[in-house]
Amino acid sequence: MLVPVEWISDYIDLSDVGVDEFCDRMIMSGSNLETCDWFCDDVKNVVVGRIDRIEPHPHADKLVICRIDVGGCEAEGKDENGLLQIVTGAPNVYEGAYVPVALSGSHIPGPLHGQPKKEGGVDIVKGELRGVMSYGMLCSCGEMGFEDKVVPIAHREGIWILEPDVYEGIEDKVGQDFVEALDLKQAVVDFEITPNRPDCLAQVGMAREAAATFSRSFRYPDTEIQNENGDGASADYVSVEIKNPESCKRYVARIVTDVVIKQSPWWLQKRLMYAGMRPINNIVDFTNFVMLEYGQPMHAFDIKEVHGGKIIVENAKPGEKFVTLDENERTLEGDMLMIKDAERSIAVAGVMGGLNSEIQDDTKTVIIESANFLGSSVRTTSKKLGLRTEASARFEKGIDPNLTEAAADRLCRLIEITDSGKVCKGSVDCYPNPESAKTLDVRVSRINYVLGIALSRDEMKAMLEGLEIKVEGEGDVMKVTPPTVRQDLLEEEDYIEEIARMYGYDKLPVTLPRGNTEAGMPYERHLRDMAREALCGMGLNEIQTYSFVSPSGVDKIRIGEDSWERAFVKIINPLGEDTSVMRTVLTPNMLEVLARNYSRNIETVKAFEIGNTFMDNPISPDKLPDEDYALCIGMYGKGCDFYALKGVIEELLENMGIKNPVFVSESAYGVYHPGRCARVLVEASDAMKAAGEEYEELGIMGEVHPDAAAAFGLDGVRVYCAELMFGAIERKANTEIVYEPLPKYPSTSRDIALLVDEEMEVGSIEDVIRQKGGRILESVRLFDVYRGQQVEEGKKSVAFTLVYRDRNKTLTDEEVSDVHENVLHTLKEKLNAVLRDM
Amino acid sequence: MQDQLNRILEEAKSQLEKAQDRAQTEEIRVKLLGKKGELTQILRGMGKLSPEERKTTGQIANEVRGRIETMLEDKFAAVEAAAQAARFKAERIDVTEPGRRPKLGVKHPLTITMEEISKVFMNMGFSIVEGPEVETVFNNFDALNASPDHPARDMTDTFYITEDVLLRTQTSPVQVRTLLKQKPPIKVISPGRCFRCDTPDATHSPMFHQIEGLVVDEGITMADLKGTLDSFAKQLFGPDTKTKFRPHHFPFTEPSAEVDVSCFKCGGKGCRVCKGSGWIEILGCGMVHPNVLKVGGLDTEKYTGFAFGLGVERVAMLKYGVDDIRLFYENDMRFIEQFK
Repeated sequence: MLVPVEWISDYIDLSDVGVDEFCDRMIMSGSNLETCDWFCDDVKNVVVGRIDRIEPHPHADKLVICRIDVGGCEAEGKDENGLLQIVTGAPNVYEGAYVPVALSGSHIPGPLHGQPKKEGGVDIVKGELRGVMSYGMLCSCGEMGFEDKVVPIAHREGIWILEPDVYEGIEDKVGQDFVEALDLKQAVVDFEITPNRPDCLAQVGMAREAAATFSRSFRYPDTEIQNENGDGASADYVSVEIKNPESCKRYVARIVTDVVIKQSPWWLQKRLMYAGMRPINNIVDFTNFVMLEYGQPMHAFDIKEVHGGKIIVENAKPGEKFVTLDENERTLEGDMLMIKDAERSIAVAGVMGGLNSEIQDDTKTVIIESANFLGSSVRTTSKKLGLRTEASARFEKGIDPNLTEAAADRLCRLIEITDSGKVCKGSVDCYPNPESAKTLDVRVSRINYVLGIALSRDEMKAMLEGLEIKVEGEGDVMKVTPPTVRQDLLEEEDYIEEIARMYGYDKLPVTLPRGNTEAGMPYERHLRDMAREALCGMGLNEIQTYSFVSPSGVDKIRIGEDSWERAFVKIINPLGEDTSVMRTVLTPNMLEVLARNYSRNIETVKAFEIGNTFMDNPISPDKLPDEDYALCIGMYGKGCDFYALKGVIEELLENMGIKNPVFVSESAYGVYHPGRCARVLVEASDAMKAAGEEYEELGIMGEVHPDAAAAFGLDGVRVYCAELMFGAIERKANTEIVYEPLPKYPSTSRDIALLVDEEMEVGSIEDVIRQKGGRILESVRLFDVYRGQQVEEGKKSVAFTLVYRDRNKTLTDEEVSDVHENVLHTLKEKLNAVLRDM
Repeated sequence: MQDQLNRILEEAKSQLEKAQDRAQTEEIRVKLLGKKGELTQILRGMGKLSPEERKTTGQIANEVRGRIETMLEDKFAAVEAAAQAARFKAERIDVTEPGRRPKLGVKHPLTITMEEISKVFMNMGFSIVEGPEVETVFNNFDALNASPDHPARDMTDTFYITEDVLLRTQTSPVQVRTLLKQKPPIKVISPGRCFRCDTPDATHSPMFHQIEGLVVDEGITMADLKGTLDSFAKQLFGPDTKTKFRPHHFPFTEPSAEVDVSCFKCGGKGCRVCKGSGWIEILGCGMVHPNVLKVGGLDTEKYTGFAFGLGVERVAMLKYGVDDIRLFYENDMRFIEQFK
């Protein structure tokens, strides 16, 4: 909301308040600031000039030579007659025109015509233009720093011409500083208006806030029409019928006759420009002006286009075609509220007028519409039409229906004081269910209790009255009645906030809650933190990727047709296909990240992500999907292979108290190399065992299938990945540590090398060793796998160190040998594993 | 015999002087003091002497032996020191060659930021609670006092799964879950992911992280809110940090505020980070609206509370000077490894 300080100074005296102070205090009373800009702050040496003579340029058809009267001001290059020679290419100059003249040595904000904006503005110096000296430049509105969207339609093309009937008294200002002559140097504050305060989308509303903030009196705009001297009464011209009173609370129409369409006076144009709107002509400008002033959107119809003198407010016919003011044909729907005359639609209510009833240069009689349309209705219509206007934006947020009358009067008053037409007597006011402010009880004690302060009733009363809130009753209870523009004041809390901000948040005391509480966190979160620490400790970097993914990710990792990984939770309105479903697994995102790093020539990456996965759950009572954390590990490059990844998983699981995970070869899961993939299992819980399950799965790991890797652009790269279900890890984790006494008795170790078939898995051999080693086998560790010389084809030699120890005594050689021989015997018997000479 | 002893002593002296290393020294020791050593022989021969001679000669002999032993000891020490010095010289390494670093992994900068913030609040007695990323419309909007036509509910702002289920737009629904589950005193924070329909650019991401806080108890005041967040800001950004509470509007709190902290880059003088204002907005907060407390069935006359929320990406970007939010989700290792 752009607020020119000069404008609201009409309603509140701010003459002794600096702009910085104004901004600071407004912020602290609840009007947050976006920006505060000074217009024409750095303009130097631009004066008002009058074009005395125009001559053709001897060498250029498109240029002319102007001789400019710049009065008595000091300027380089004045000729013997005191005139300044300036060359211009602007099409709209004429002899006798008053113009802004940037003298040689001047500075303007720019940008220059047809050039991009330059930070810090532009310096103008004399120079030759096609062989003719030019001692300065005639300026356009844009060159003086005004954005194109606010440049008055009257001089959008060419030089800013100052017509004497618009710029009153300009004839006497020749030679004067241009910025001073037009009073251009002004501060415009852009306030952020929160959705609960639509009343502040108006200069009057902001002035009301300022008045309360600075404890000053506040005056409303002048709405007193002196002479209702139009031909007849408004009611003679138009009748209003609201067929849909839920969507249109009130409709006020006034008639103005003898309308003269012309430019608005400069003071009014200027305010529109500073408030961000383009001056067009007086009637349109007045509707915009009143909208900016009161927050009440206005519209003007040419009465000769309002057939039958009838205004009917009702919904559109479904499929009806209608051309709006922006010359676009739109197809209407049955729930769109329209303004119609006796025969046809003439405006989309609260959104935009129709081209068929637009004000024309020859318009003589107008209907001024000041109406109140329901926010939700306007929002729906505006959204369906894809048409958002200043008017619709205001209606959407809710407007006080009691504003319509004052706004209509104000507009008529502007017409009157600018001699733009004659105002007819009275108005046509259709207001089926008048709304009045509701009185509410609020307690002084409650306000103090919530804010932690001790204000008196009188202090609070003064603050509320500053906001035009009526305070009655006595004792602890204040009977408060807000002005009807304040549609946000509905409950006691709303008043607590009013007191808080008027008192000043900065003045509230600073304390800490008295109660003591103990910090804690969910166990699962603690485990995730543990896992993160452990993985980082092992040299893996953490990544974070989007929870929503492309459904094609599972295609790329070769997930089977009917697999659970495809049971996506889908987003109805995704930004795009690549973020359209919630992820069921983390692996595709991991591969994408690995691929991105690989493509950026990063040699080695070891990474992990701990994140949510989502599964549709049709029977969940709250209709929410199941969310489970998963852990994904991915790596490629130096030192990365299957066993490096497996080691990380083993170490991690041990860190979480999960001992002896089992890795079972898996060759049918599409994500992985069929010969280099394992499911990660742990012994099942007793309950699961009772149900016949020996193992519980924690996840899967392996070397990524080359086709899957290639699908992400990791052609020919050996990539290793694991995806573990954190939920399962959580169930199995045991972070309780129980100390085990250090062994008192010595251990005995035996190294063995076994000749086995190539296909024999080390895990199976270890199983036998453990089983037969029994109580006294402390550990078994693989230390070598050998193929080649002295080992026949199709066989391999695997070597283990077995450590024997009894916790209660020193083992004799015999005791160890008994067990060890049994181990060797069984290995031979069961696995055909033959002992080799070491 | 005495002469013999003196000769042995002199010889020992000169031989030891010539000895180069431990082996040569040991050779000398054996030659003199070994079982068949010269001195040993003499001492053995003492038995043949008269008691008188034995006494004087014995005295001298012992003296000579003592001196030789001392000389040997010194020599051994000297050659060993020399040997060690020689070894050290030979083993000298170039300490400027690079070390073999066991590489430490790095947590994601957003994790680091969330942990730092969480730690501060946990030190103040806040517990961490969690909620799902896919939420009900009720928990995300209705229960948080958002009007049925609140613009944030639009399909242009919020991702929907069904009419009643959405991707949470804030971590505030965890407030609702907590109120439904727990009785006061409540003092919790909830870190997590949120989603809004923003096309990614340097400052927007359709997914981001928030940390939401909720305190509900008897007699909680807005002064407590100010105190808690002021303390938080000082702990996170340094003891000289100042806070500024500005009135604002959120549906689920009233009064509501936005909190600025004095710029931690320039200390409030004005710089690029704070865009010259000296202040940086980091938090939204307010007194919990009674309509929200009522969801938990609380007596709103008795219980009051405050809530706050802050954007993790924003804090991380400000703290580390990251100028593009998308970097957090690109996961370039050269980016992540900067946060070691």
